[in-house]
Amino acid sequence: MINLQSLQIANYSPITLKLEAGECMGISGASGSGKTRLLRAIADMDERGGEVIVDGVVSQSIAASEWRKKVALLPAESVWWFDTIGEHFRFYNHYFSALGFSEEVMSWDVTRCSSGEKQRLSIVRLLESCPTLLLLDEPTANLDLENARRVESLIASYLADNQASAIWVGHSAEQLKRVSNMRFTMKEGVLNQITDARQVTDE
Amino acid sequence: MNSLIVLTNLDLLLAAMLVLALAGLAARMKLGVSTELLVAAVRTTVQLTILGLILKTVFTSSNGWLVAAITLVMLFVAAWEVLSRQKRKLHRRWGFSVSIIALFVSSFVITLLALLIIIQADPWYTPQYAIPLMGMLLGNTMNGIALGMDRLVQTAWQQRMVIEQRLMLGQTAVQAINDIRRDSMRAGMIPIINAMAAAGIVSLPGMMTGQILAGSSPQEAVNYQILIMFLITAGTGFGVVAVLSLISRRMFDERDRLRFDRLLQPKKD
Repeated sequence: MINLQSLQIANYSPITLKLEAGECMGISGASGSGKTRLLRAIADMDERGGEVIVDGVVSQSIAASEWRKKVALLPAESVWWFDTIGEHFRFYNHYFSALGFSEEVMSWDVTRCSSGEKQRLSIVRLLESCPTLLLLDEPTANLDLENARRVESLIASYLADNQASAIWVGHSAEQLKRVSNMRFTMKEGVLNQITDARQVTDE
Repeated sequence: MNSLIVLTNLDLLLAAMLVLALAGLAARMKLGVSTELLVAAVRTTVQLTILGLILKTVFTSSNGWLVAAITLVMLFVAAWEVLSRQKRKLHRRWGFSVSIIALFVSSFVITLLALLIIIQADPWYTPQYAIPLMGMLLGNTMNGIALGMDRLVQTAWQQRMVIEQRLMLGQTAVQAINDIRRDSMRAGMIPIINAMAAAGIVSLPGMMTGQILAGSSPQEAVNYQILIMFLITAGTGFGVVAVLSLISRRMFDERDRLRFDRLLQPKKD
């Protein structure tokens, strides 16, 4: 279970919410509304107030690097620093094939990959450390419909298999309906639930 | 052996004519370095003349406090020089302290060790040894330190997305910055490593040349040159290590977040 306890970002009002294991929360909103900042704050990449608790573990109680293995942030633009794809991974795993890559992907030159390929590969890389909470910042922005569907079903089966949760930031309302159990819009750092009545307090 | 040929002002004037001729040619061809060239030539003349006068009095007085005061001034000027060579400006007071610490380690401590343990002049602060040694060390280690510092800050800034991506994947700050740190260590050390490799084959080191011109035997000059090379190498190495660890520690906070705001001066428009 994920708890955000009066998480305070910049001068926005604090956010408190709960997310059960296996659940996915969808967030949409105009750019600049604070979605990315919320994800970065949960991953402890920026200074913030309040607390985040994952399965009873308080973020400040463990090393930041351990926290980020549990709470994995997928940035909108993936970054690669070695020459080949394979150097960024421990070994070839079944997530690659789920997103349509055969084993030869490991020898690919990073500079020759399209932005869509990099985006799919970055999802594989994200899942490698087996995180409990996925923070996905527009994970299918560069993908065609078929590949976007592949990502959606991979994430769904990952959440179910690992009792993990996700926060999915995206622009397509239809996609968010498909992938998430509850949907929110964000405006100037404030979350508003779209349909059912889960607790969101803006103090 | 001791028929030392003393340079007259006329000799220097002849050499200065060469620089003037070069400046004239560059101006005619609009190559744009003439003014800088002349300013630098005047600076070197004035600075070295003043230094000569100061050293003359210091050498005759052999006062320890005077030696200490001069080395301190040299240290501060060198620290200022390191900072002014940075493309990205560090927070002033903090950056200055880092340079002072690094230069203190690279030059002050090493000179002290050399004077007390290796050279053993009597008294150990004899200005003929202390000041030239400190000067050689400062001048050379300053280069390495400035280069290493600039490389670390520049590269980290350019690759801040990579550093953050590595942090997001659960790497520690040390793991995320280590490639850049290694690269910067290399950048700082390469000049002195090259100088050592080329010494005696491609280049005749300046100090040794000076000693020979001033009438020392080549073997004596060589021994001093080797000593100096080793001291510079050790000094540069320890100085760069100090800079790299201080800066990379400052670049991240206690939660391993990348924090350039703690390191760099905010940009003014």
